[in-house]
Amino acid sequence: MNHTLHNVIRQVEQVIVGKPLQIRYALACLLARGHLLIEDLPGVGKTTLAHVLARTLGMQFQRIQFTSDLLPADILGVSVYQRDSADFKFHPGPIFAQMVLADEVNRATPKAQSALLEAMEEQQVTIEGVTRALPNPFFVIATQNPIHQIGTFPLPESQLDRFLMRIELGYPDAQAERGLLSGLDRRDLIARLAPQMGSAELLALQLQVRQIHVSDALLDYVQAILKHTRTTARYVHGLSPRAGLALLSAARAWALLDGRNAVIPEDIQAVLTGVAIHRLQTTQDSQNSSAEALTHELITAVPIP
Amino acid sequence: MKLSSALVHSLTLCIFMVTLPHAEHLPLWITGLCAMLLLWRVYLTQTNSALPKRWLLFLITLTGVAAIAAHYHTLFGREVGVTLLMLLAVLKLLELRAQRDAMGLIYLACFVIITNFFYSQSIPTALFMCATLLVIVPTWLRIQAPSLNLKPQARIAGTLLLQALPLMLLLFILFPRVQGPLWGLPQDAYNSTGLSDSMSPGSLSKLSLSEAVAFRVSYADKAPRRDQMYWRGPVLWNYDGRTWTRGTTGYSNPPRFTDTGQNISYSVILEPHNKRWLYGLDTAATLPNGARMSTDFQLFSAEPVNARIRYEMSSNLSYHANVDESPSQLHRATGIPARLNPRTIELAQSWRSAHSSDQEVVDTALRYFNQQNFSYTLEPPLLGENSVDEFLFGERKGFCEHYASAFVYLMRAAGIPSRVVTGYLGGEFNALGNYYIVRQSDAHAWAEVWLAGQGWVRVDPTAAIAPERVARNLAASLKDNAALPFMARNPPQWMSKLRLNLDAWSNQWNLWVLGYNPERQFALLTRLGMEDVSWQKMARNLMLGLALCIAAYALFMFKHQLQRHRDPVQTTWLKFCARLAKAGLPRAGHEGARDYAERIAQARPAAAASVRDIAARYVSLRYGRMPGTAELIAFKDAVRMFKL
Repeated sequence: MNHTLHNVIRQVEQVIVGKPLQIRYALACLLARGHLLIEDLPGVGKTTLAHVLARTLGMQFQRIQFTSDLLPADILGVSVYQRDSADFKFHPGPIFAQMVLADEVNRATPKAQSALLEAMEEQQVTIEGVTRALPNPFFVIATQNPIHQIGTFPLPESQLDRFLMRIELGYPDAQAERGLLSGLDRRDLIARLAPQMGSAELLALQLQVRQIHVSDALLDYVQAILKHTRTTARYVHGLSPRAGLALLSAARAWALLDGRNAVIPEDIQAVLTGVAIHRLQTTQDSQNSSAEALTHELITAVPIP
Repeated sequence: MKLSSALVHSLTLCIFMVTLPHAEHLPLWITGLCAMLLLWRVYLTQTNSALPKRWLLFLITLTGVAAIAAHYHTLFGREVGVTLLMLLAVLKLLELRAQRDAMGLIYLACFVIITNFFYSQSIPTALFMCATLLVIVPTWLRIQAPSLNLKPQARIAGTLLLQALPLMLLLFILFPRVQGPLWGLPQDAYNSTGLSDSMSPGSLSKLSLSEAVAFRVSYADKAPRRDQMYWRGPVLWNYDGRTWTRGTTGYSNPPRFTDTGQNISYSVILEPHNKRWLYGLDTAATLPNGARMSTDFQLFSAEPVNARIRYEMSSNLSYHANVDESPSQLHRATGIPARLNPRTIELAQSWRSAHSSDQEVVDTALRYFNQQNFSYTLEPPLLGENSVDEFLFGERKGFCEHYASAFVYLMRAAGIPSRVVTGYLGGEFNALGNYYIVRQSDAHAWAEVWLAGQGWVRVDPTAAIAPERVARNLAASLKDNAALPFMARNPPQWMSKLRLNLDAWSNQWNLWVLGYNPERQFALLTRLGMEDVSWQKMARNLMLGLALCIAAYALFMFKHQLQRHRDPVQTTWLKFCARLAKAGLPRAGHEGARDYAERIAQARPAAAASVRDIAARYVSLRYGRMPGTAELIAFKDAVRMFKL
């Protein structure tokens, strides 16, 4: 594996213990130039993960706490009149950062949410008629709290599609939790972390991901999966072509993380949980199945051509 | 395994569709019972309730069978068989427990389709049965592959049915036919309308309201004029003052025709009418196969016509018939009941004494009809005991049977031998199929008188009152034609065109599908180039054709597989997997090469290195960027050298 990437992963794992898979997902998402949605209970380390990633990758970090009275201007920025120069000066909002943590995104009104989602989609914002580019690399980690849904605005299915991956963190296992409890304070730990790479290096890696080879045989496999989701009565709707593209780019990043220059079926299977499962609506009787069970079911149903 | 409610619903729909056409002729209580059981089943599925207990079903079945036996007084025969089948098919729905029951129901539904053809073999019936197949086959697929969505299900079902089409055609064309139906259908299979062997006031006008087809005719060359299209049916001799009947007709004195001319040949497709008459133009020259002609020129087939038949014959349109008629027949043709209709007899006798020749009396009678304000109507008033008197001197309104009857009565009263002839007149030309349709509404009655030197001469008194009836059709001759069925009046042009179109289709259907008998099969196969057609040869060709069809499908199905195996990398890899599978370590279909190799390495540490090597080579060849031939050869070698 790329030496720098290896160091990145090792450093993040020092702080976020017992979550190697989720860390790789987050990294793959970043490398594939997608955005990440973490859905979990408070206190399992969503914010810490974002912090550590930003710190390790040497990215500027901004955090936006979404509340019901948050306005688009609070995210994007606002022009303020300057008395001495007698004109308006733009004060950029927190969105103008390389890594943005949108915390509890479902607490804000749809209006504020859409300001964020548009910025994610376009990688630029238009305020008062002036289009301003966002920094590059640009990565959004949004978190959503699945409980206490009263007075919240959960992201609709169509908006969820804007995120390349949706993952859950979950509780750490006993050993990892022990380490967490007995170890140092996380904030001190983060402050001590040294960046392992710069923006230029990250951009180069993102370019490398796009050059990972995808063979016809692999496309056959992806299409077989898409077709399966569309023809079985198990799902209300099958996966969209956009989901197919997302699957491929995430698998490319996964292959890079694994140190390969071509995608293999195992990469597709590995990213399936993060990329595809939240885009599938199953029919009634399987609503309670876990994402893992659904992934397993989908993988075993489609033979590799 | 519990059957899904969607599957049960579509099974219910299958049974509903195949049994639906039977509702028309089954006893009402059976139809009602079946409908109730179906509704019960739908309710049980909707509410997801338990199926009825076995003893309850057993009780219903037993009661149903007993009721059917009581209704028909037997448990054998077509009618009872079909009724039992309906009841049991619907009851089977109520004990759908396992997949096996569902399969059984699918087969049952397919079987019930056939029973519908006992009752009707028309194009709509065939189309409806095809539609039921379009429900049955997807339902069957739903049993086999429950996870399929509706759309792929419909696509697969369509493909399956299309694949069956060539097989069906082969079976239809080549399956050896037997003469006559395989099993005789009972008499009650036909409730057909048509002319009978008696005529009373009102019988023909009632028949005229029917739009049913009597027969279809195609002429070999030119069609005759309309006023020559008299299709001879029952000839009536005896009159009791109200009803004309045939009396006894023999074959002892064959008819003698002289001065014949205007020969015309044609073929007739006669609808079943349960009587022995065959219809031909006056008068027949060459008879259809197996037909006989009676002394009074009626044509009879050997058996009652209870299936659609086709026959070829020819007629002479001009003739002198039985110029030397026997005195006994002539005497028979002058009998009238005594003490009835005195005024008519008086009128006839006054004509008799005024004119010397019979021809002049005939002309006087026709003139009388023409000039005395008679009218032609489908709704004649009721007549009393002296019906001819009342008709001639009272209302003067009647349909063709009144005129024919009154005319013959007048002639007989004047001492001229005469008789009533019933049959059909004219027909509707269908330009699409180049044939004439003769309907029950074309039924007609006319008279025949025997004149010295000329023999039996046709006289149509209706032509004296309503010449349009002869020259055109019934609708043209009736002033107020409200009593006629809609289509017999003057329907809009598109509608009559549509009707002619449909009739042309059903004529072709009758000719080629239903009428595909041994002769037609022989003719078709000979034309297709088969020499000395025999059933052995047909059976052999049939088997050969079926085998070829199936082989073609098999080839098509394996094409994909063959194509896949043409890839040398994949072929080699599958060979490798097959060897491991033989050693008890098969690869799951979804298992990637790397994962598989890891699993093998765990299970057989000794072979770990070589397995990992082979998997890595395979992965780079199959998923890597532009692999070369050298890598392929190395991969093949590695697989060949591999030992577990």
